[in-house]
Formats: sequence, structure tokens, C-alpha cells
Amino acid sequence: MHAIKTTGLVKRYKKLTAVDKLDLEIRQGELFSLLGVNGAGKTTTIKLLSCLTRPDEGDAVVGGYSVTTQQKQVKRLIGVSPQETAVAPNLSVKENLELLCGIHGFSKEKTQTKIRELAAQLALDTVLRRKAGKLSGGWQRRVSIAMALVGEPKILFLDEPTLGLDVIARHDLWDVIRSLKGTVTVIMTTHYMEEAEALSDRIGIMKDGRLLATGTAKELCERADTDDFETAFVRIVKEDKA
Amino acid sequence: MKTLAFAKRCTKEILRDPINLGFGLGFPLALLLLLSAIQANVPVSLFEIDTLTPGITVFGLSFITLFSATLVAKDRESALLQRLYTTPLTGLDFIVGYMLPLLPIALGQTIVCYLFSLTLGLTFRIHIVYAILGVLPMAVFNIALGLLCGSVLGVKQVGGICGALLTNVSAWLSGVWFDLELVGGTFKNIADALPFVHAVEMEKALLDGNFTIAATHCLPILPYAAVATAAAVFCFLKQMKKQ
Repeated sequence: MHAIKTTGLVKRYKKLTAVDKLDLEIRQGELFSLLGVNGAGKTTTIKLLSCLTRPDEGDAVVGGYSVTTQQKQVKRLIGVSPQETAVAPNLSVKENLELLCGIHGFSKEKTQTKIRELAAQLALDTVLRRKAGKLSGGWQRRVSIAMALVGEPKILFLDEPTLGLDVIARHDLWDVIRSLKGTVTVIMTTHYMEEAEALSDRIGIMKDGRLLATGTAKELCERADTDDFETAFVRIVKEDKA
Repeated sequence: MKTLAFAKRCTKEILRDPINLGFGLGFPLALLLLLSAIQANVPVSLFEIDTLTPGITVFGLSFITLFSATLVAKDRESALLQRLYTTPLTGLDFIVGYMLPLLPIALGQTIVCYLFSLTLGLTFRIHIVYAILGVLPMAVFNIALGLLCGSVLGVKQVGGICGALLTNVSAWLSGVWFDLELVGGTFKNIADALPFVHAVEMEKALLDGNFTIAATHCLPILPYAAVATAAAVFCFLKQMKKQ
């Protein structure tokens, strides 16, 4: 069964077509990366799939529900970690997690259990009592992912999760993302080739709002007739230009 | 429950901001102290503690607008609201969550002003309790105005418009600093058409136990509170949809 299926999805901002007739299928449990240069339409796709914006044409079915007509049901199934750090800065990490637990209607007991679970899963024990706004970028992203996981989502959207992080923080976060594999369907946007290659089950390459190709890193390399994934990406993108 | 969780978060964000506390409490108290000191040396009827306290209390509420607007504008500029829009929180949850914590904060600010005034010579009477509760309609107006400004302006614009412009407009047109009768003309007509001076006069009347006059001054405030709340809800939901 597909976790996500989009049909002719279109989003326009005035004269700019940010997402152009997107047909995409993402399988349940897989880690799917949307790869593309800046302005390719990755973030807009995430916004469409997470009901943050409405499509101008087409539809997407997320976990069996339409993003145009069943937003309430979709929102119950998803977790989103936006591109920018989305934490309440004056609240401690624990309070940020409690906020999301409250929003999802958890009891006191379930809130405490959930915080313990997430702290263990994302190694947040040492920062639980620190103000989220005072943490480094890497830690804030980790907290952001933990917040997205509070509602026990079936589908998790990670928008550029390692953008701007140093190499160590990035690799630490990769471990966190790997640990999620199999438990939830993860849709991640990135413009880092090595990130998409290292983490993804399948990759979709986007350009100018269109999906140019999908497949495993190996399949995309074969399609571009190269062993190097970065070269494959450049060839696929440039081939479209030609 | 989800509304309360969001409201709790908003309360913490506001109360943990030292600038909010400094302006919201420190500034009105400093004004009460300063103007009372002036009154002690050069007696001016306008600055007598029974007249001054209601005025400063209403003036202090303009900072509630600043808190409310800053919080919403900051949330909009950060990705936090974007995240929360993907959760089961509805538009109503957000609006109630933003407005609810500010009412007790406004009441708290008023209580502190009256308690401080007691140390400066205000005579204790039960009417103080009525005057404290009497700020509620104006508090709703100020909170809604903040939500409205925060929904349409950025953080920097909010600082300029709510922090500088509104506090000054509120001060000039409320009759706290000078007698509006002395200025007269169009200025007084504008002041009479706006809620600030009525809020101050209502507070004064409640403090004197004159409920009939208080009610006549309350009436012009209510439509402002209702219109500001409706406009705030409309603008917030519009920007939420735009996201």
C-alpha cells in the first residue's frame, strides 16, 4: 500500500509554478528523499502534503486521506519538522515536548512516558531542562524532530533536516533519521547528494517543480550511466535542460 | 485540553521575556512613583493618586497590546506556527490560546499598580476591586488589537507601531498627562471618539463608586472591543490560511 500518492499536483504562486503536475508514489515504511537544487519545489511539496497549503490543481492522498478534503484526518497521521528550527525558544526542551503532548491530548502519565521514550530515542536526556532557544543548531533540529514524533505519526516529513549543520552534527542527525527507518514512513527534502544517497530507500529528483526521476541511488546512477551519484544527479538535471 | 496546552505555552513565553516584565510592570510603576513625587512638590490635581492610578492602569494596558502583538508576530516569523498548523490545533484554539493568558496578565498588572498606589497614599476601599475588574473590557480591546497587529505586521513593525505609536496615542488621548478640556476642539473630539479616555474615566468612576457614570463610559469601549476581536480573528485566520 502507498503511504502517499499524488495525482497531477499543482501549486502556483502568482506567475511561478512551484509544483508542476506532480505524480508521486511513496511506499509505506520507506525513507523517500526529495532531492533538488534551491527552488526545485521540494518544500512546497512538503507543504502541500502536510496541509500547510492547498493545491491549485490535483490532489494527494496521505495515509488514505485527501489533503484537499480530509485535512483533519491527514493532520492526525503526520508529523512535520519544518526547514527552520521550529521550537518555542523560551521553553525548555521538556516543556516543548509537553506542549506537543498537550496538543495531541495525552494524559499526564502518557506525557511523561512519551518524553522518556523520545529522550532515550533521540539522546535528549542531557538537554531536557535547558531552554530550547539556547541550544546549538544541531540540538535544536534534534528537538524539532522529537516534537514531530510526539503524535506517533505514521508519516514524518523532514524538511532539510541537516541544513546549516556542521559535519559532526549532520552525521549525528543521520543516525537519528536512520533509527526511524521501518517505524514510520519518512519523506525528507535535501539538497545534499551524500545525504540522500546515505539515508534513502528511494530518491525523487525535482527541478522547477517537476519530478524528473525516481528510484534508488543505484537505479538513478544506472540511468545516468555513472557510478557517482552526484554526477548522476547533475546529468539528470542537465539532461532536462537540454 | 489542546487549547490550554497552547495557552500555557503562550503564558510562559510572555512571562519569561524580561523586556515584557520590564515594560509591562516596571514602566507603569516608575511613572506612578515619578508623577507622585512631582505631585508632592508641585501639586497638580491631574496627578493626585486617585486620578493618576486609573490613568496609569489604562496606559499600562497598551503594553499588553505590545506583548500580544510581539508574541504572534514572532511565532509567525519563526517556523513554530507552521509546525503547529500541521497539528490538530484549530484556528479557534490558536485565538483562544493567544488571548486567554493575557487577561490574567492584564489583571495582574492592574492589581500591582493599585497595590503600589496604596503605598503611595491611595486609600484602601472595596471600590478598588471594582476598578481592577473594570479594566477587563479595555484589556480585551488591547489584547485583540495586539492579535490583530501581530497577524498583519512583522516583529520590527510591531515594535514601532504597538511599542511607540500606540503607547503614545493611548497616553495623549486618554487625558492622563493633560486635561483634554484644555486642548478642546478636534483633538478632544477625536479623544472622545476613541476608547482610551472612556476607559480612564470609567476607572475613576468605579474607584469613586459611581457606577452610573462608569456604565456610560463603558458603553463606548464595548464596540471597540468587539470590532477589534472580530478583526483580529479574521486577520489571524486569513494569515493562517495563507500559510
